[in-house]
Amino acid sequence: MVNKITQTTLKNGMKVMLKEIHTAPIISSWVWYRVGSRDESTGKTGVSHWTEHMQFKGTKKFPASLLDKAISREGGRWNASTSHDSTRYYETMPADKIDLALRLESDRMQNSIFDAREVASERTVIISEREGHENEPMFRLTEAVQQTAFHVHPYHHEIIGDMADLHTITRDDLYNHYRKYYVPNNAVLSIAGDFETKSMLKRIKELFEPIPKGAVPPRLSRPEPEQKGEVRLSVEGPGETTFIQVAYRFPNATHPDYFPLQVLDSLLGGASGLSYKTSRLYRALVDKEFAVDVSGWSEATIDPYLYRITITKHPKRKPEEALAALDKEIQKIQDVLVSSNEIKRAVKQARAVFAYGSENITNQAFWMGYVEMFASYDWFTNYLDKLAKVTPQDVQRVARKYFQPKSRVIGTYIPKGKEA
Amino acid sequence: MAKQTARPSLPGPDDIYRVVLSNGITVLARSNFNSPSVSMGGYLPAGAIFESDEKLGLADFVSSSLMRGTKTRSFDAIYNALESVGATMGFDSGVHNTSFGGRSLVEELPLLLKLLSESLRTPAFPKHEIEKLRTQMLTGLAIRAQDTSDMASMAFDRMLFAGHPYSRPADGFVETIQSITRKDMVEFHRAHFGPMGMVISIVGAIEPKKAVEAVSRVLGGWQVPGQVGSPVLPPHKPVKKTVKRHHSIAGKSQSDLVIGMIGPRRRDPEYFSASLGNSVLGQFGMMGRIGEVVREKSGLAYYASSSLSAGIGPGTWEVSAGVNPKNLKKAIDLIEKELRRFVKSGVTKNELADSQANYIGRLPLSFESNSGVAGALLSIERYNLGLDYYQRYEGLVRSVTRDDVLATARKYIDPDRLVIATAGP
Repeated sequence: MVNKITQTTLKNGMKVMLKEIHTAPIISSWVWYRVGSRDESTGKTGVSHWTEHMQFKGTKKFPASLLDKAISREGGRWNASTSHDSTRYYETMPADKIDLALRLESDRMQNSIFDAREVASERTVIISEREGHENEPMFRLTEAVQQTAFHVHPYHHEIIGDMADLHTITRDDLYNHYRKYYVPNNAVLSIAGDFETKSMLKRIKELFEPIPKGAVPPRLSRPEPEQKGEVRLSVEGPGETTFIQVAYRFPNATHPDYFPLQVLDSLLGGASGLSYKTSRLYRALVDKEFAVDVSGWSEATIDPYLYRITITKHPKRKPEEALAALDKEIQKIQDVLVSSNEIKRAVKQARAVFAYGSENITNQAFWMGYVEMFASYDWFTNYLDKLAKVTPQDVQRVARKYFQPKSRVIGTYIPKGKEA
Repeated sequence: MAKQTARPSLPGPDDIYRVVLSNGITVLARSNFNSPSVSMGGYLPAGAIFESDEKLGLADFVSSSLMRGTKTRSFDAIYNALESVGATMGFDSGVHNTSFGGRSLVEELPLLLKLLSESLRTPAFPKHEIEKLRTQMLTGLAIRAQDTSDMASMAFDRMLFAGHPYSRPADGFVETIQSITRKDMVEFHRAHFGPMGMVISIVGAIEPKKAVEAVSRVLGGWQVPGQVGSPVLPPHKPVKKTVKRHHSIAGKSQSDLVIGMIGPRRRDPEYFSASLGNSVLGQFGMMGRIGEVVREKSGLAYYASSSLSAGIGPGTWEVSAGVNPKNLKKAIDLIEKELRRFVKSGVTKNELADSQANYIGRLPLSFESNSGVAGALLSIERYNLGLDYYQRYEGLVRSVTRDDVLATARKYIDPDRLVIATAGP
């Protein structure tokens, strides 16, 4: 990923990030808003995600019926998603058609209608989306673990929102959310692909600079107090398979411990994007038949979040046996220094995953904006170097600091299928 | 504004290198030096079609075992070699083929190919690894039994293809997976794994000729006398009237439905008119007409779309959706109504033009990554589409008329002979 990027801020405060890539006649454009489920208060959970859905319901200039078809007709691919910390919209288009995406995004930054009938019909769509999630044992377990891990911080609730709120959120709740957060000075535009920076920037200014600046929306900030003791919970549901999720507390993405923890994650659960059959946890739990699968998962976030280890229990084992095997492995990485070769291996893996990512233009535009949501682009360009600087002592120190029983939550999905 | 400098480069005869090795393996290669990585994919004709009903899932079990240990390396050693350099590789089985895929940094391609060759030619099927795998597969089946979408699809295939090999799930059933022995696996491997009918494509930061040489070095000497060729597919029985089946899964908050019929084969002349018709029906924009009535107008579902699955044998043309159990009938009625409208009046001029523009415009996007190109090359080979296929593609799409779409819709879709499968509480 050697291509240089251009970063600038428009007069109205909108940040623009551009990266020329001339390998294929494609351009990918992403608009990011600094708002996500962590900005939602009780009673309004799910409002960010629902607002994201409403952004596909049209403006005066691009009514829903037209909007829907315009991008597809040009051969574009588009979608949107909501996370804890941000809401993002993208279009990947044949290069000569990108203007449509830019016109559409500048228009719906301020002119979406939020028609009451559309809100009503989308309510049942989103309830259906949530019901689909609830069909999955893993969603139910993950939601329960998250709710238990966060009592104060709004990382408490799932991005889709609590069912109660999906029944009661009003059209005005959604529209107010839109007006409050969808202002240019709360947005980032990241574009990668086959264009010329100068003319692209000119066009962006024409389309986005006239949008008036708004008040910078404050972010909801309710720090989670320190957890004082392990919490265990269980969720019951249909099926035959027991899942166990162990969540430890991890720092935010710009914390100095973040990179040693990435190495630790890679050693325990395998490198993200690769198979993980030689990771420590796979060897200790799956090879030894305490589990039929195990995986580790962390997320780069603005505030401290979680590191989750998910175990699909072996049918012949008890949950406590699988947990004991996990604890033994964690103890080992706290007691015995890892070798520097293991760290080198993790860096090599990350380097390969970066190379795969650079094949894809959509992916490159994504990363520019994504990183901007919790850090700055340097975080991304320095990623491999920072990983390479991690020492065995760093890994040991963070393993001891963050993998503490007293600050973890253990959730078990108990299947009731056989009896049902 | 968006001044283009990149050449629209669709794979074609001048940059796809195709060689058939003396043992029958077809190698396709295309270079892309924009990133230091390489993608590899392929298949060989060792699929579930060879299995008896009693040993269903055997091909899948065999392909999952290939990397569990070879004559020269243990399971852990294979994955250690791969994961240490950030490479990935895997096998999977369908009805006709066992397929494989992987990627690595380009300097690791020789390693990737060596492991591919070892896994294909000298798997050891270690007893303890097979038992571990069996437990994992059985757990997979237990999870499948709770998945409303998987179970609706299985019920659909069973009704649509009654008595035909396509009616069976390639991952088998609990009893069949339990009954498969190591001996079954060794025999299946010996009879069906060989160079005849094998295809491999390599795309990435390597000269095509060098890629072919690299394949030839590790697989060129593979000979399997008596490799059993693919059986002829039996005909399927047409559905005489609408059939319905519900698969009950207690405790679920959402039901899945699949409504459909037989679709064309990939090589059939009406494939393109079916595909474009299907785009209008349930793909274009926000999931086409089906998405419009089921999701946008009625708010019944988060997803509701139609799809065409066209391969070697008879394909399927199906509409699927996930809805609240109490809305199941309403959704089915709406979909049936759309199907009737579709066979009565086909598509409008504008609808067809929109989908045609979409197909042509999106083509370069599918070649964004090496794996996308590698997959495209395999399709060309599997369905004998010709190396110039992607360069002829625009013409093929544009030549479809409204009448073609209507005739094709009427040939395949009879709203009085639907297969309707549902799964949920």
